[in-house]
Amino acid sequence: MTANAVVSTSAAEPSLLLGKLSWNSLPHDPIVLSTMVVVIIGGIGLFALVTRYKLWGYLWKEWFTTVDHKKIGIMYMILGLVMFLRGFADAIMMRLQQVMAFGGSEGYLNSHHYDQIFTAHGVIMIFFVAMPFITGLMNYVVPLQIGARDVSFPFLNNFSFWMTTSGAVLTMASLFVGEFAATGWLAYPPLSGISYSPSVGVDYYIWALQIAGVGTTLSGINLIVTILKMRAPGMGLMKMPIFTWTSLCANILIVASFPVLTAVLALLTLDRYVGTNFFTNDFGGSSMMYVNLIWIWGHPEVYILILPLFGVFSEVTSTFSGKKLFGYTSMVYATVVITILSYVVWLHHFFTMGSGASVNSFFGITTMVISIPTGAKLFNWLFTMYRGRIRYELPMMWTVAFMLTFTIGGMTGVLLAVPPADFVLHNSLFLIAHFHNVIIGGVLFGIFAAINYWWPKAFGFKLNQFWGKVSFWCWVPGFWVAFAPLYVLGLMGVTRRMRVFDDPSLQIWFAIAAVGAFMIAAGIAAMLIQFAVSIWKREELAETTGDPWNGRTLEWATSSPPADYNFAFTPRIHALDAWYDMKAAGVEHPADGYKDIHMPSNTGAGIILAGISTVCGFALVWHIWWLAGASFATLIATAIIHTFNYKRDFHIPAAEVAATEAKRARLLASAGA
Amino acid sequence: MERPLSRARLGRWIATACLLPLLGGCNMVVLDPAGDVAQQQGNLVVVSTLLMLIIIVPVMALTGWFAWKYRAANTQATYKPDWDHSTQLELLIWAVPLLIIICLGAVTWVGTHLLDPYRPLARTAPGQPVGAEVEPLEVQVVALDWKWLFIYPEQGVATVNELAVPEGRPLRFRISSSSVMNSFYVPAMAGQIYAMPGMETKLHAVFNETGNYEGFSANYSGAGFSNMRFAVRSMTAEGFERWAAKTRTAQATLDRAAYLKLERPSEKVPVRRFASVETGLFDRIVNLCAEPGKMCMHDMMAIDARGGMGRAGLYNVRQLSYDKFAARGTGDTASDRYIAENCTNPELLGASLARIEDRVIDLATLTGAGLARPGGPAFRTRSNTPKPAELSQAGNMDPAS
Amino acid sequence: MSSATTTIAAGSEAPVYYEIDEHPHPEGHSTLLGFWIYLMSDCLIFAILFACYAVLGGNLAAGPGPKDLFDLNLIALNTAMLLFSSITYGFAMIAMQNKNLRHTQMWLAVTGLFGAAFLAIELYEFSHLIHIGATPQRSAFLSAFFTLVGTHGLHVTFGLVWLVTLIVQLGRHGLNPANQRRVACLSLFWHFLDVIWIGVFTFVYLMGML
Repeated sequence: MTANAVVSTSAAEPSLLLGKLSWNSLPHDPIVLSTMVVVIIGGIGLFALVTRYKLWGYLWKEWFTTVDHKKIGIMYMILGLVMFLRGFADAIMMRLQQVMAFGGSEGYLNSHHYDQIFTAHGVIMIFFVAMPFITGLMNYVVPLQIGARDVSFPFLNNFSFWMTTSGAVLTMASLFVGEFAATGWLAYPPLSGISYSPSVGVDYYIWALQIAGVGTTLSGINLIVTILKMRAPGMGLMKMPIFTWTSLCANILIVASFPVLTAVLALLTLDRYVGTNFFTNDFGGSSMMYVNLIWIWGHPEVYILILPLFGVFSEVTSTFSGKKLFGYTSMVYATVVITILSYVVWLHHFFTMGSGASVNSFFGITTMVISIPTGAKLFNWLFTMYRGRIRYELPMMWTVAFMLTFTIGGMTGVLLAVPPADFVLHNSLFLIAHFHNVIIGGVLFGIFAAINYWWPKAFGFKLNQFWGKVSFWCWVPGFWVAFAPLYVLGLMGVTRRMRVFDDPSLQIWFAIAAVGAFMIAAGIAAMLIQFAVSIWKREELAETTGDPWNGRTLEWATSSPPADYNFAFTPRIHALDAWYDMKAAGVEHPADGYKDIHMPSNTGAGIILAGISTVCGFALVWHIWWLAGASFATLIATAIIHTFNYKRDFHIPAAEVAATEAKRARLLASAGA
Repeated sequence: MERPLSRARLGRWIATACLLPLLGGCNMVVLDPAGDVAQQQGNLVVVSTLLMLIIIVPVMALTGWFAWKYRAANTQATYKPDWDHSTQLELLIWAVPLLIIICLGAVTWVGTHLLDPYRPLARTAPGQPVGAEVEPLEVQVVALDWKWLFIYPEQGVATVNELAVPEGRPLRFRISSSSVMNSFYVPAMAGQIYAMPGMETKLHAVFNETGNYEGFSANYSGAGFSNMRFAVRSMTAEGFERWAAKTRTAQATLDRAAYLKLERPSEKVPVRRFASVETGLFDRIVNLCAEPGKMCMHDMMAIDARGGMGRAGLYNVRQLSYDKFAARGTGDTASDRYIAENCTNPELLGASLARIEDRVIDLATLTGAGLARPGGPAFRTRSNTPKPAELSQAGNMDPAS
Repeated sequence: MSSATTTIAAGSEAPVYYEIDEHPHPEGHSTLLGFWIYLMSDCLIFAILFACYAVLGGNLAAGPGPKDLFDLNLIALNTAMLLFSSITYGFAMIAMQNKNLRHTQMWLAVTGLFGAAFLAIELYEFSHLIHIGATPQRSAFLSAFFTLVGTHGLHVTFGLVWLVTLIVQLGRHGLNPANQRRVACLSLFWHFLDVIWIGVFTFVYLMGML
């Protein structure tokens, strides 16, 4: 019934002016239409508010064009949060559909919508939630942890952020103009080929990911160079904070895997736009190659997401246990081993493709081997807690929740690495439960720990504890209520991406899962309230010492929020936990002798280039060739013009530094008194 | 039937444990299936889980214990802020997971090879080896948009969305797809394997119980995916014979023309039965040449292996286009089907075949004297492939054997 | 409390915890490393394209193969152009080391000419192939061939645009540190393309004709 209900844009003759775009591309469905109206009204409201309070100039000067890694980091976090709400809305819609569509009921979503929703959920949560969150964290924290004033390429940092945003904008645009891919989040051909997905959904997918991918790759290069080149004197590699280590490994993985995604998506693009035969059924194409290539990117991607959070958990455990991290060296080696091994396991995503038993066993066993360093990390955290004095602040609560949750996710993951077990569980809801178990239990819990941990650093006041705890106690049990039923359903042989069900005995499990999803929704709401209340009561929660948790690493040596230049004097490092070492030695910050500080200037080039890229991507999606050509030419021209700007830096005068530092010293003194 | 294996009982036991919270609401088919292969796979799930619990349980217990014992409020507990290394502990935390992974790796290696879906069954149940004389029942499976076609070459019949099999007899599935990737999965029988267009995958399995089960596609394949389910009926040997005999009396027959109609996208297709099937239909489906005038992939690959057809081959495009610009069966492409037989244009074909023959001679000098010339005759058989005129008759049915 | 003592003075026994002197991180001090890493990521894209060619190169779809299409003489000429351009870029680098702006610009221009000649020959080859019907759509082999060689050609085109921009920038600002850095980066890029081309030449053309 819905097979032919595809948006008619594909059938219409493309026009010269607007390509495939026409009135039919706008939504007709009441749900989407009302969402669109709400979004438009909200957008107008926001626009009016910003105009009313004359904030455009402030936003442009202080945020949009900033090259300050701290502000860019915060913008990444905001992007992640906004997209998280969208991705979660998709999740709730899926839960409702699956609990309703029993006993002949079609639920409330037809396949045209449902298939887009589960695709968008996956794409958004990975590319536009998890990636911005971890990039934001790394951006904010790494330069502070290594005692640097900024990243190596500050302009590139701004550009990377806007390119990621550009991809997110295209993805969001697909909700209202045309449609998104209905292929699953990895868009396997031949289904994603032009024959089976003739409309613009897959094109949105391709261009959103390509544009965001540029940003991700560049930010990966940027952070690697920053970590390798900008460390404070004395900070050898084995004196780097563990979060910096895991960030370094994650960024190496980014640079060594995102080009693969770029290449494979480019090939899919050629198949769709030019008619080449990389992944087609005929003319010698091979769709199995796509599956291999995309997972050669896809598996390292999983570790890109989790490694920085392993770093967060290490920092948090050590800080709140009031102890040195147990087994720093083995932790570093474990991270490096995971980094390397993540490249030799990709085939475990498709044991069922019919590779031979030896190939399958090889990839199964390499996958299991990864669990050894991961297990070692878990033990290291355990023994960091051992004989510590654990303060149960919010970051530590999230960490303990992570340790208990992630262990189960890891176990089911190793289970799925056993090929014959995978034959019965592959693509089932058991698999869904497994990867949500590691991604929510690992990545998301880690991000929540990190937000609660570094928020005081970023804004100068702590987050409200009460609402944080409400959020925690909704989230953690909510997660288990939502996903434990999926484990059961997987063992009952229920497969993923199903829209309707026959067997009425399954419904109760979906109902429980839906309850869990609403508990999570409450957790999210509590978290938003937590942010709002904390901002409201920021005076009460103010944190003037710069070191609210008795921290151990360099970011706690500066003020909260840190000055633009991070450190008035570059610290010299003598020990692993540099700030702890400084505190133990009773080092005091010099009160005079400030010098001019050399800083990069803000530039609008990043947002302009990304804006043009968005236009170009949109034009390509809709086959508006003139616009695509024109915007691409403008893009190149703008980039060239930008290279003619040689004045990209300025100096903060010593007097200004002295004034800032003096103000901080007064604050510290009053806090100490 | 009796299953003496204790692991099977364990699976049942776990399934039962799951029943406790929701009485009767939980049929864990993966742990308690009706086929020996799925049973072994389910057992492997249980064994692997138990192996891992050896380390998971202590870790979780320690987490809870340490988290409680070393809370800041408990000032009685030892506090050693500078203790960060212990060689013995480090050795232990790397060695214990390593040992478990070695065990699990061994289980994986053996299990993966024993349960390789391509491997013919060695037993139909614990203690019941398959004799050399037992010929498995072959079922050819095609994932269509969005239904399943089952062809029984031995019985000469075919069905849509109904898989009937005799209990206790080894089954050999040859699996392919007409358009996009699907996954053939009957949880009660055996693990899944992908069904891919232009390719053939295999699965060996057996049913140990009679009964009605369900199968479906476990890989998302487009709009009609959710309803891509089929009934699985495991019967006694006699019951299966009766079923086959009854199916042979069905009205419909499945020739290429009927197949091309069947192949068009449709959803929630009721069970259909075909009394007879055109010979070689499955091979044509796998080779993407069910449509008349299309070059089969194995022919194409054979030509490619000999260096292609040269520039003459630039003109045979039409008969290779399978679904490049529109999904087959979704539009009216009938007008395209019978044109563009350039490749079978005798002059052109002759020229290119002559080239190929030349190449083969070159190859022979490379591979050495005395060896049989590869391929030469194979190409002559190509001229035996039916011409469109013959194909359109499409009357050569395979009578029930 | 903060006014009491400052940091322990350098030179005394106790360790220094704050660097009193600004250590200038000169702008662009890590550009070359960053550019190297970028090149490695680009190299990975080519690696994927090579892998595709390796997998799909034999899938002729009953069409023409390498032997039917490639003209080694033309490719030899083409390769010579690119190799010469790398040598002349080397001369540009030497001129830059000698602080000779005019010679640097001249050698860059010569490099550009060789690069343009390379592109022209490649375009001629492509148009010839497409003209006879050996289009990227004809077979997976041709798709992989056109994409691999075409991606390299796109890189060369991008390199040419950069080259022209750089010649203009050198004219305007002379051999200042920023421009020297840019010339060095483009040098890396240009030689990198040369290395990739050696791979293409060997793997696609020579092995295809064997």
